[in-house]
Amino acid sequence: MLGMNGKDTTLFIVVCLMVLLAPILLNPFPTGSAFAQFNAGYPALLQRFVIFGILVIGFNILFGLTGYLSFGHAAFLGVGSFAAVWMFKLLSYNIVPAIVLSVIVAGLFSVVIGYVSLRRSGIYFSILTLAFAQMMYSIAYSDLVGKVIGTPITNGETGLQVYNDDPQILLGDGPKTPHLFGLEMNSSFTWDVGGWSFVFQNGYYLAGILMIASFYLAIRIFRSPFGLILRSIKSNQNRLNYTGISTRPYMLTAFVISGMYAGLAGGLLAAMDPLTGAERMFWTASGEIVIMSILGGVGTLIGPILGAGVIKYMENIVSTINDNVVHGWVAFMPDGLENFFVAIIHPFIGKGWHLTLGLVFMAVVIFLPGGLVELGQRIGAKFRRKKAPESAATSAEKGTV
Amino acid sequence: MGILEVKGVNKRFGGLQALGDVNLSIAENTVHAIIGPNGAGKSTLLNVLVGKLVPDSGSVMFDGQSVLGRQPYEINQMGISRVFQTPEIFADLTVFENVMIPCFAKRDGAFRLHAIGSTRHETDIHETAEAILMDVNMLEKRHMVASSLSRGDKRRLEMAMCLVQEPRLLLLDEPTAGMARADTNNTIDLLKEIKAKRDITMAIIEHDMHVVFSLAERITVLAQGTPLVEETPENIKGHPKVREAYLGEAQV
Repeated sequence: MLGMNGKDTTLFIVVCLMVLLAPILLNPFPTGSAFAQFNAGYPALLQRFVIFGILVIGFNILFGLTGYLSFGHAAFLGVGSFAAVWMFKLLSYNIVPAIVLSVIVAGLFSVVIGYVSLRRSGIYFSILTLAFAQMMYSIAYSDLVGKVIGTPITNGETGLQVYNDDPQILLGDGPKTPHLFGLEMNSSFTWDVGGWSFVFQNGYYLAGILMIASFYLAIRIFRSPFGLILRSIKSNQNRLNYTGISTRPYMLTAFVISGMYAGLAGGLLAAMDPLTGAERMFWTASGEIVIMSILGGVGTLIGPILGAGVIKYMENIVSTINDNVVHGWVAFMPDGLENFFVAIIHPFIGKGWHLTLGLVFMAVVIFLPGGLVELGQRIGAKFRRKKAPESAATSAEKGTV
Repeated sequence: MGILEVKGVNKRFGGLQALGDVNLSIAENTVHAIIGPNGAGKSTLLNVLVGKLVPDSGSVMFDGQSVLGRQPYEINQMGISRVFQTPEIFADLTVFENVMIPCFAKRDGAFRLHAIGSTRHETDIHETAEAILMDVNMLEKRHMVASSLSRGDKRRLEMAMCLVQEPRLLLLDEPTAGMARADTNNTIDLLKEIKAKRDITMAIIEHDMHVVFSLAERITVLAQGTPLVEETPENIKGHPKVREAYLGEAQV
């Protein structure tokens, strides 16, 4: 279907359904129940799932296919956000020009940074991208450009946002909040059923549809001759040079595509909440993208999206669990035991969510080098072996997913 | 006038004269072997031919065009393919994908963006790739991941990847190095088969005299970076200069 093979079509449909039904699927516990804490189906978090999904889908085209580890991708996300907020400031709150410009600006930056960084490979490439990203972060944080030309561009520490005295030449009577031709991003529809309350928000669905489109494009790129050549760059660049293929333009194309994906994600972040700051470009944000990809499964289609989901879930859910919440869960225990239990759990929750993430990440890297996707494959293989032990031969052909 | 003309090539690494005034002419449609003791400059010469090294002086003309100063991929696009000492293949990809890549390089040149259409729909590429795999008897292994192939099959695959581009000159860098006798014989048979089926010029750099005398029509003996003699295999065997160069090293 749509030029995809059977397996990819299935995966694509599953992703579509997940995105469309996420406000329901990720809200399994009734509001007010003890476990409502674990519900992830609220718009602010759902938006992050799909926006960071777009970011890692793009990152995977570079890192997953070619093996070139960019350590500065957050910079493209950052310039995308700045470009979008500037469109809000200058034109109006319509997100179309904002998102278009954020993709273009991120694309231009990635042409320049890619052109220079791709002169080297391996660790040197990573360091070059990291250096560029940190330079851009510093320039944005100190608003160097703004100081030179005399008017704030990134607005330094304060961050960039829309003020009432901004030109907004196309604003007219239009909404005073980001919108798509009048469809406001932050307006939502709430469906109360039983003890549950499901929120369907315009902004989430817009970002979700763009993620589905991004995912579709990524599938096509993965299966195209271009994708094959990118995979061969990862496999053996020496052979490729002696096969008459010039790797640089292919690499640069992959780099720019993934940069534009990051720009789109940045533009969407601004479209959901029309302000931004330099901290979006900090190197830890770039590192997070790498961790998302590796956690989910580098080079697989769905892996990085899963990784992004897990990390955003932990960042937003595990970090909100505090000692009182745990006390509530284990109230049935005798006092001493209860306190002991809470003391044990304490370092892993709330502010300690990074520790939990670190342990999960270590466990995945050590036991599941293929990421969460490998976990899924192993579980799937166990079930299949029980059903039909003779089908082992076919699994060899699946090596190229 | 040969298809490949090397004239007065010099290459110096610090104090070492790796190549000293090398003149070599390889005639079209022949198998030309370059032999010589260790350190004679065989690999340096090969690296000059493929664009990995640039000589200090001299000229290398392929089919009337200079190859000097060009990138390896440009030289490949001119029609020179290279087989490595240890097979260089795309180990993570399947056999079929391995062969498809040189097909794309041949059809589309060094860079052309096909980012949307699926490789499954490239019927002409599929036909060419299948034909070459049939040629080297690997069609039934097309779905195997290349890293799982035996050493001999990796060599076959690499040959197929070079041949599918229909190069006019195939450079082979010790294609049987480290192989058992049976594998060596298989490789010789494969090369003979390839030569019998198509018009191709081959330049073989080889240590193994058995391979050289089974295949070569012309032999150049290199010693200390300079060609000593160029002769037919019959005349090489008893040549006094060759005996001198190889003294005690191999039975010529």
